[in-house]
Amino acid sequence: MIIENSELILSVRNLAAEVDGTPILKGLNLDIKAGEIHAIMGPNGSGKSTFSKVLAGHPVYTVTGGEVLYKGQNLLELEPEDRARSGVFLAFQYPLEIPGVSNLDFLRVAYNSKRQHEGLEELDAFDFDDLVRERLDVVKMDPAFLDRSVNEGFSGGEKKRNEILQMALLAPTLAILDETDSGLDIDALKIVANGVNQLAKPDNATLLITHYQRLLDYIVPDFVHVMAEGRILTTGGKELAQELEARGYDWVREEDMAEVAAR
Amino acid sequence: MTLQISSPDTVDKPLRSGTPDRQAYLAALLQQRPLVEKVSPVGLEEVRDRALSLIQEQALPSNHDEDWRFTDLSALYQTAFQRASGSTTLPTPDLEALTWTEASVRLVFVNGVYAPTLSSISACPAGLKVSTLADADPGAIAQLGQQQGMTEVFTALNTVCFEDVAVVEVAQNQIIDTPIHLLFLTTAKDTPSVNYPRSLVIAHNNSSATLIEEYVALAESTYFTNAVTEVWLGQNAQLNHSRIQREAKQAIHIGKTAVSQDRDSRYTLTSLSLGGQMSRHNPVIVPTAEQTDTTLNGLTLAVDQQIADTHSELSFTGSHCTAQQLHKCIVDDRARAVFNGKIFVPKAAQQTNASQLSRNLLLSAKARVDTKPQLEIVADDVKCAHGATVSQLDDDEIFYLQSRGLDRKSAGDLLVEGFAAEIIDQIPMIELRQTLLNAVLSQIR
Repeated sequence: MIIENSELILSVRNLAAEVDGTPILKGLNLDIKAGEIHAIMGPNGSGKSTFSKVLAGHPVYTVTGGEVLYKGQNLLELEPEDRARSGVFLAFQYPLEIPGVSNLDFLRVAYNSKRQHEGLEELDAFDFDDLVRERLDVVKMDPAFLDRSVNEGFSGGEKKRNEILQMALLAPTLAILDETDSGLDIDALKIVANGVNQLAKPDNATLLITHYQRLLDYIVPDFVHVMAEGRILTTGGKELAQELEARGYDWVREEDMAEVAAR
Repeated sequence: MTLQISSPDTVDKPLRSGTPDRQAYLAALLQQRPLVEKVSPVGLEEVRDRALSLIQEQALPSNHDEDWRFTDLSALYQTAFQRASGSTTLPTPDLEALTWTEASVRLVFVNGVYAPTLSSISACPAGLKVSTLADADPGAIAQLGQQQGMTEVFTALNTVCFEDVAVVEVAQNQIIDTPIHLLFLTTAKDTPSVNYPRSLVIAHNNSSATLIEEYVALAESTYFTNAVTEVWLGQNAQLNHSRIQREAKQAIHIGKTAVSQDRDSRYTLTSLSLGGQMSRHNPVIVPTAEQTDTTLNGLTLAVDQQIADTHSELSFTGSHCTAQQLHKCIVDDRARAVFNGKIFVPKAAQQTNASQLSRNLLLSAKARVDTKPQLEIVADDVKCAHGATVSQLDDDEIFYLQSRGLDRKSAGDLLVEGFAAEIIDQIPMIELRQTLLNAVLSQIR
């Protein structure tokens, strides 16, 4: 929801980043305020996923220019774990499998590292168990998944639900969902979308990275941005997503090129 | 060509592998064998004589032998080990940290000698008999040294030299729920000592039991453990066997686990190698009939300059048998791990379903692993798979954990913990699992 004069959560200015010397992000600008849901759409290779990983601090990407302020603080100077603890959450496009580590233990360690950061006492195994069982409902997950190794042998949909379960526990201020909808059947998509909707609050913000307009039927964004060649080319409301679905991305590029040429 | 060097410390230098001095070394060890038995059960003499004649046909190995190619025994050959004499005076609190409430039946040996005061056999349930040489059944004694793999020189040396035997016998049709704990302790000695722990486990037809076999040092010192365990599984018998080697950092440990499986029997071995400057474990499993099931789980942790070697052999003889083996090594610093897993599927072993996987995690640039999964298949209607992976901690996995709030160090630790836990979790006692997981983590931190 768009709330007037709400807090600026994320402010990205002229962000440039590269991987192995290849520039991917080339001057990206974006403001996200509390309460808002933003969607970034764009063709493959436009830099959407790179943007999400740069925000989370993936070491493979090097920021070569610009700045990212998260609640007024320089996000780029924080270690990935400190970003997470201060409320930035990335739901992975391809969540990793961690054999031998039970999902429950993993969730508890993650949850307690955030509690510790906030100066709160860590929850013991019993209290945490109660909490996690209650949150399972957000993504309609079978409690049996808690005893299994993290994501090991999970289906695509189960992995994505597990990401949203982590999000439900960590209650981030800025949730970035990197193609959380890709590879999901319609039932799983509804469950995941429903989970995200439940977690969106006036004091937090959500950034959806997606390839398909379909997700936006279930999570209605306040803003839709179109990204190509490492920049945001155009921004609109939710109707922009429908237009993209109908017309593809090329017209955005052409308009952008015309605009650049006119300058 | 031999060069005579007139340096006064020549004799203390490591013997070059391949030199005939290994014969002298073996002779010195044999000389210390018990010539007069403290107790002499019927048949023991024959068992010893047979082993002695086996040894006399053999030499101690060097790394010119294929089976010892990667594992240097010079640390053994350069030390003169003296036979340990038993001491059973132990402070009680020491034992508390080494025993498990779940395993109320316990045989404890200190430096190879039975320690009745530390053992606990009063709680022995009906159908289970635990004994030592002094009160062992002659039928059991006759089974000593009869298995495939007993001819190997270190194993035969144990047969000639063992001071006592832990005998576990589960009667036909008996289900024993209480884990049986065999604990072999080594105390510190002023001079390097050698111990020959020996165990004999007989699970009769349709019986079921859980066994924990543990080698633990009570203090840091240099010693040599040459351990042998023989397991006989009757028809449809089941044994869940955990073997835990937590020797001292300076110890040398060579161990044999010889298992004979009759038809329809199920055997699970979960083997952990944590201690020893040089350690070697040789599980030799022989399903002697059809439709057996064998599970081999192994975890090796090698840090500092440790060398830890596992050579397993599984030789099928009958049809419709299944086996699954997962062996993992975690290697840090300049340590070295070796895995050689041989599975032999002869013509008669049709319909065998066997898988073998060797997974290795290297935590430092100087760490090394030599792994050799080895399937020899003659039968033509079988399902067999094998594989090996060698990897480092995965940056993407670490980033995933970091993005959930764990710092880099904790993320790495959690990944190692997960890697180890996959094996440790197979041990059927929660207390022991926790102790072992902590032992692993404290080594790599």
